[in-house]
Amino acid sequence: MTTSRQSRIAEILTRHEKPILEEWLREQLDALTARQDLISESDLRIQSAEFLGLFTSACRAGSLTDITTVEWKPVQDFLAGVSRSRALQGFSPSETATVVFSLKQPLFARLRKELGADAAALADEMWTATVLLDKLGLYTTEVFQKAREEVIKRQQLEMLELSTPVVKLWDGVLAVPLIGTLDSVRTQVVMDNLLQSIVETGSTIAIVDITGVPTVDTLVAQHLLKTVSAARLMGAQCIISGIRPQIAQTIVQLGVEFGDVVTKASLADALAHAFRLIGCTVTRQAPRA
Amino acid sequence: MGPGRTETFPLRTDEDVLRVRQTVRIWMVEQRTFSLVEQTKMVTATSELGRNVVVHGGGGTARLELLSEGGRLGIRVTFQDQGPGIASIEQASRDGFTTGDGLGLGLGGSKRLVDDFEIASEVGKGTRVTITKWK
Repeated sequence: MTTSRQSRIAEILTRHEKPILEEWLREQLDALTARQDLISESDLRIQSAEFLGLFTSACRAGSLTDITTVEWKPVQDFLAGVSRSRALQGFSPSETATVVFSLKQPLFARLRKELGADAAALADEMWTATVLLDKLGLYTTEVFQKAREEVIKRQQLEMLELSTPVVKLWDGVLAVPLIGTLDSVRTQVVMDNLLQSIVETGSTIAIVDITGVPTVDTLVAQHLLKTVSAARLMGAQCIISGIRPQIAQTIVQLGVEFGDVVTKASLADALAHAFRLIGCTVTRQAPRA
Repeated sequence: MGPGRTETFPLRTDEDVLRVRQTVRIWMVEQRTFSLVEQTKMVTATSELGRNVVVHGGGGTARLELLSEGGRLGIRVTFQDQGPGIASIEQASRDGFTTGDGLGLGLGGSKRLVDDFEIASEVGKGTRVTITKWK
């Protein structure tokens, strides 16, 4: 339903930039009354003025129906920046899209004033403007969502790193306290870290502690056994510790065999066993007064 | 909530398996009658069979139910897939038998972890496994 005649939106925007900006700002501030903690009025003013400038030049230079053309690139980039920063600041997607949608009110008001007499032209222009702003508003939502997904992905990676530290307990004794679910990705990370640490520290004993693994099924058992075999090939002996009573009973009924791998109920038991293996003795001294 | 409660979950990814087994644990904890060992066994069996649906069955569903029968409280999980089915259930349940690269203990092991175990499978149609833990 685009008009064959030249749209006057660009021209109207150029001529009335100041009042449109003021009205638009008022609209946004009304919509954001509860959010003044997240963005200051002066920042909002700078942002809005910049957007309106970019928007006006894009309207002048480019098509009003296709925002994927090169003329709209600056507008898209700007919106992407705003949307991304708002996603991180804690705005909701609708609050972010409202930035664009709230431009409708002041723009339509101007269009009505300028084209009031020509009903057909007014309807055409309003339609063009509303479709255009809808597209831009939805674009902010898309970027917003992508930014959130990136945050989630990053957090997942961080969690993977956090949950698989290799700690040195003693000279030649390493421990890996596992926490959470042991899937293939996690196992790979654990194995990489452990084997690397074995080389770096020249350790001969590695304790894999599963106190923090709530469910030990056949897949987890298989992953554990793989880790143990790999460590063995590197010349380190593995001890699996943190086998709680309920896990022990479940493993037995499942039929999983840990073979000749040493298993212990607690990390303390495993450390005591490790001390025996490396010939260390721990003696208790009479406490000094 | 008590007996009569049911909920169906999709099983397509490892995360789905995780969600189902976490829900089983939560439901059992909420009933306050299942011991930690019973919870762990049921959750582990759910994990095994749920993963079977994802890996071998090409995805499916898990239906959780809380039951009360003759004064006994029970939790039941029904796994359903439309996968290739199992040609010989007897062979598939044997410890150490695997078509993939797993340990081959999932089916037989799960059976030992629960009180009731039912399996129905048709080659080319799919498989349904029902497990129940009674209190």
